[in-house]
Amino acid sequence: MIESFKSVIIRIVCSAMIPFMQLFALYVIFHGHYGPGGGFQGGAILGVSIILQRLYLGQEVSYKRFPPKLAPVLGATGMLIYVLVGLLPLATGGSFLDYGHLPIPGISGAPLRSLGILIVEVGIGLSVFGTMVLIFDSLVRAER
Amino acid sequence: MKWIVLPVMGLFLAVMLYAAGGLPDRGDPQAPASVRVSPYYIEKTMEETDTPNIVTSVLADYRGYDTLGETTVILTAGLACILVLLRRRS
Repeated sequence: MIESFKSVIIRIVCSAMIPFMQLFALYVIFHGHYGPGGGFQGGAILGVSIILQRLYLGQEVSYKRFPPKLAPVLGATGMLIYVLVGLLPLATGGSFLDYGHLPIPGISGAPLRSLGILIVEVGIGLSVFGTMVLIFDSLVRAER
Repeated sequence: MKWIVLPVMGLFLAVMLYAAGGLPDRGDPQAPASVRVSPYYIEKTMEETDTPNIVTSVLADYRGYDTLGETTVILTAGLACILVLLRRRS
């Protein structure tokens, strides 16, 4: 059972840092096309922001803000996004994970494949995010 | 036992060092790893996937099936953590 921190400095600094960490994680995920980054790294930073919140707020408040049951749901949702993006091109005549055949109207060819990569990266990010919070929660709740 | 293991390890090291002599040099353009698909990825990434970062396009597009497996491994690790650590004390 994690208690909340009594120190004012830690509470203020952590509550100021967490939104910027989450914003940076989104930047890392969506900037994966142009620089270092991608779903795995961004998902890890997102997960760490929730873990920091668990550490400084304590379990009672933090479990209300981000319920522990949400973590496996998010992880499985990310995996589902990935598999669906892989399966959808099969319906329109492509092969598995062939983003050029995704049924999205308006764009085709190379930009469509770029969009497919982005959707897949978001799925990977969600999956890593959920898994990191899930591992932390199960480690903490194990020692009772 | 120690006197059997040590010569076998020494022999293994000698075989490995001999085999390492036949590997291509670092960054060799004629190495087998860099003559088949690597030039294709480097030349065609912008044209085919519209993604300037070659690492991302290889990871998520050309080798997407591999990444699907990696993500499955990560999710399975998390689910295994639930199974192992959250055992109910009855």
